[in-house]
Amino acid sequence: MNLILIVVGAVLINNFVLVKFLGICPFLGVSKKVETAIGMGAAVIFVMTLASAITYVVQYAILEKFNIAYLQTIAFILVIAALVQFVELVIKKISPSLYQALGVYLPLITTNCAVLGAAIINIQNEYNFIESIVFGAAAAAGFTLAIVLFAAIRERMEYSPIPKALQGFPIALITASLMSIAFMGFSGMI
Amino acid sequence: MGVFRHLKNGILSENPTFRLVIGMCPTLAVTTSAVNGLGMGLSTMAVLVGSNVALSAMRKIVPDQIRIPIFVVVIASFVTIVSMLLEAFVPSLFEALGIYIPLIVVNCIIIQRAEAFANQNSVLNSMADGIGMGLGFTLSLTVLGIIREILGAGSVFGISLLGASYEPAMIFIQPPGAFLTLGVLMGLVNFIEYKCKEKKVQAGEKQ
Repeated sequence: MNLILIVVGAVLINNFVLVKFLGICPFLGVSKKVETAIGMGAAVIFVMTLASAITYVVQYAILEKFNIAYLQTIAFILVIAALVQFVELVIKKISPSLYQALGVYLPLITTNCAVLGAAIINIQNEYNFIESIVFGAAAAAGFTLAIVLFAAIRERMEYSPIPKALQGFPIALITASLMSIAFMGFSGMI
Repeated sequence: MGVFRHLKNGILSENPTFRLVIGMCPTLAVTTSAVNGLGMGLSTMAVLVGSNVALSAMRKIVPDQIRIPIFVVVIASFVTIVSMLLEAFVPSLFEALGIYIPLIVVNCIIIQRAEAFANQNSVLNSMADGIGMGLGFTLSLTVLGIIREILGAGSVFGISLLGASYEPAMIFIQPPGAFLTLGVLMGLVNFIEYKCKEKKVQAGEKQ
């Protein structure tokens, strides 16, 4: 039951992108096509689930044990950076086309605040190992949901007459605002 | 003179929020009030200046292949220092900014400046660049915070501005308001820029 609450909470109510503002850079940057958005979402789900598990182990088996919890930020970012490098190698090997589509944004997952954010929230909320992994996967699924929906809207917007001053980022932000209002409808569900 | 040019560069022509469109997460997340925007801006600036100076001083001994991990460790150290200072001296701000303080590490502005500027320039210029970029970021965050606080709570820096009869539009301090305010503001900046360009073109034609 608890796990279901975590999933619903992370995907819909506290959506990482639209409510918590984590991972805005890829959300605005790689959302021009649905295909690349799905690829990015998949990469984030993969990295974030793994990162949640590994940072949990790092926190409780190393940092707390040796009483160096203040090094949390440094330790987590290093673990995540190494992990992203690894995922990059794997994707490059398995699917070169996906690798090409994601381009510069794959290394940027390192500086994607969503991954580090999920790791820190896991520790703050004192989730156990299973809960941490579920939260990481669910939060990433929420990110994917938002970015894919957003990409679909932006694809349609290509053909609409938009005032010159609003083209590009401004209209994207205003669209995101409307999506965020829609997601606010879920608040109070739990 | 170069120092001043770098200062101006960060505030106006390469403003991180409106020109480069980087560092969006804290920009949107913490600008629910003017104080939070200012606090976040200054914290980021402190980290940025520190990391720029340190990395610029080390630029000749850092091997090129592993520069990114080194950048990240140096930046993370400064973030840890700033976060401890905030917790000790301004606990209320520390509470309000919450998870977004450790997340300064992954603020694209800082690593972008390290990579694009501090890694190639002298310590003094890097410091100026850090201060300029930091001020530009602080300025945009504070402006956003002020607008959202006025519309959403009817006050500025916690001081009531519009009186008790004003019915605050709550939406502006909630998440959708962040996207909307920044989107409209960015559109406005573009609009003014286009108008200025048109005028310049027209003036050019007359001559």
